[in-house]
Amino acid sequence: MGGLRLKKFRIQLMIKAQEIKKSFLVSIWFMFLTFPIMVIRVNPIEEVIEWRWKNMLIVGIGSFLLSFVWRYMLKKREAGEKRAETGESGKTFLIQRILEERRFYIPLVTGLTIIAVAFPFTFSMYQTSIMTTALMYIVLGLGLNIVVGLAGLLDLGYVAFYAVGAYSYALLNYHFGLGFWSVLPIGAVLGFIFGVLLGFPVLRLRGDYLAIVTLGFGEIIRLVLENWNEFSFGPSGIANIDRPGFFGIQFSLQAASIYLYFLMIGLVIFTIIVVNRLQNSRIGRAWIALREDETACQAMGIDKTKTKLRAFALGATWAGMVGVIFAAKTTFINPASFTFLESAMILSIVVLGGMGSILGVIIGALILILLPEYLRAFSDYRMLIFGAIMVIMMVFRPQGIIANIRRTYKFDE
Amino acid sequence: MPTYAALINLMNRIMNTILEVKNLSMNFGGLRALNHLDLNVVEGEIAAVIGPNGAGKTTFFNCITGIYNPTEGEILISPPGKKRKKINGLKPNRITKKGMARTFQNIRLFSNMTVLENVMIGRHCRTSSGIVSAILRGRSTIKEEKDVVDFSYNILKKTGISHLVNEFAKNLPYGAQRRLEIARAMATEPFLLLLDEPAAGMNPQETRELDELITRLRDEDNISILMIEHDMKLVMSLSDRIFVMDYGRKIAQGTPGDIINNPVVIKAYLGEDIDA
Repeated sequence: MGGLRLKKFRIQLMIKAQEIKKSFLVSIWFMFLTFPIMVIRVNPIEEVIEWRWKNMLIVGIGSFLLSFVWRYMLKKREAGEKRAETGESGKTFLIQRILEERRFYIPLVTGLTIIAVAFPFTFSMYQTSIMTTALMYIVLGLGLNIVVGLAGLLDLGYVAFYAVGAYSYALLNYHFGLGFWSVLPIGAVLGFIFGVLLGFPVLRLRGDYLAIVTLGFGEIIRLVLENWNEFSFGPSGIANIDRPGFFGIQFSLQAASIYLYFLMIGLVIFTIIVVNRLQNSRIGRAWIALREDETACQAMGIDKTKTKLRAFALGATWAGMVGVIFAAKTTFINPASFTFLESAMILSIVVLGGMGSILGVIIGALILILLPEYLRAFSDYRMLIFGAIMVIMMVFRPQGIIANIRRTYKFDE
Repeated sequence: MPTYAALINLMNRIMNTILEVKNLSMNFGGLRALNHLDLNVVEGEIAAVIGPNGAGKTTFFNCITGIYNPTEGEILISPPGKKRKKINGLKPNRITKKGMARTFQNIRLFSNMTVLENVMIGRHCRTSSGIVSAILRGRSTIKEEKDVVDFSYNILKKTGISHLVNEFAKNLPYGAQRRLEIARAMATEPFLLLLDEPAAGMNPQETRELDELITRLRDEDNISILMIEHDMKLVMSLSDRIFVMDYGRKIAQGTPGDIINNPVVIKAYLGEDIDA
């Protein structure tokens, strides 16, 4: 008996030794990789090179320890996948369970409401402004979620509709002095029209081809705005756009930012209600069916053309609306705000949050927009950490933070 | 021969032909997958299309359900109580709406939707609420939604998979997936159900249950069935008439008794007998 236990212990020790060896190699690799930026520093004033060996030590120890965590997480994930395959994964994500239970649900919503209402009065104008931006991205994410998450149409040019909304407010305000509230529906309608315009030529395409065409469309809109000086004032953009008023009252800067914040809260709630109703409706189910299997979807009597157009147009409507708000918030727009990077960001929100899941998209938007802001403390490493978090998220939760859950029905019989 | 044509016409009127395929051909480049095919299905019958692999059976299904546009020929349907119509070149969804629903040989369920939702998709072409009514969710929309759920659940009960109602389609056992495909097609309220190898991959027990299910659908729901099937036992016990295809042609047609003894059919399946 004693011998057996010793043998077991020995095997365990061997595994440990192997793991340590692996981690050691990882740490050497990382030290090598980060050597140029972490160790060498050229001091141009005294014209000497500083060798910061301490940094190398920190990187080495840090990566050595983190590699253990990494491997542990990978193992855990694999175990989770196995459980899911055998179909015995009764375990759902914590947040999902909380949402399903009514007694958690009500206090949670009340708490969130209190935080949302108190936020602009407790924090600075800067914080409120960041939060407003995050709320805008929530709505953009939810809009793109209709196209990408529900209907499964990979749209890389979503920012084009955002630009359409922003420019429609800026131009109508500049030329005709139209106010925010009258342009908001116009922006939505223009977004819708452009959605249909893009929808028609891409109806036959799917997957990668669709992605490339939408990417091209996004670039076309941006380039038109950049080069058609008579129409859009080119790269210099349009300044002095009116902030939203309230029945003719113009606010001070502080009040206007709080006003915009609550306006966005309202729009977010409205969007959540709409998307939630849509995804459990006849149209929403058709979108998901289209995503799952186009041929079968058509064979079951769903008009592919109409369904795709609806998804495109509806997604674009939301982008148009947020575009109007964006122009009103910044009071200055130029084509530089509507680059491909913006589309990629919104797409990341949807994918990172969880395709088709409303809560996931909200959390995704908050993380992706607020994180870079609050990481400013780390100055130089801000984008590095941001990128690392995105990579880690996709490795460990490829289905997004919150996977989409489908509605369940209860029957008495 | 005018008299012959008149006779066919008369017979059709008496027998109530619901699907008529005339002279159907389908070319893929230089390959002729269907070669002047004639076929008809009579109301209330279970008809089977059999033939060796590559005979063009699934191509035939794809032509009559609108996935392919046939090169030549006519496809006519006459739904019970309605006029005869040509459906060549119509889109699949239009044909489904006209009352011909199908299943697929390689199961094509919406895997990330629940069982009930899969069936509810079938109700799409029989309901009408759009974006605005979905957002407003008025009384009529709520009622329509409830009707869809109830209707779909009843179909699940009929097909014997109602206990799986909230499962994801991808997590279903194989036999249940086949049943769900039939349930989904049934939800479109077809007058003619097209089954593409419904028993493929099923064990004998499951096949027996399928036999019973198909008979029940015909008898209780008053729908006609046209199926492609390789399981000869099932074909012989179920079908009223059998069409045999080989190399894109129809080589024989008749009752199971006729077919089983037909030398042309035996030749197609087993090859030429050297002694004969």
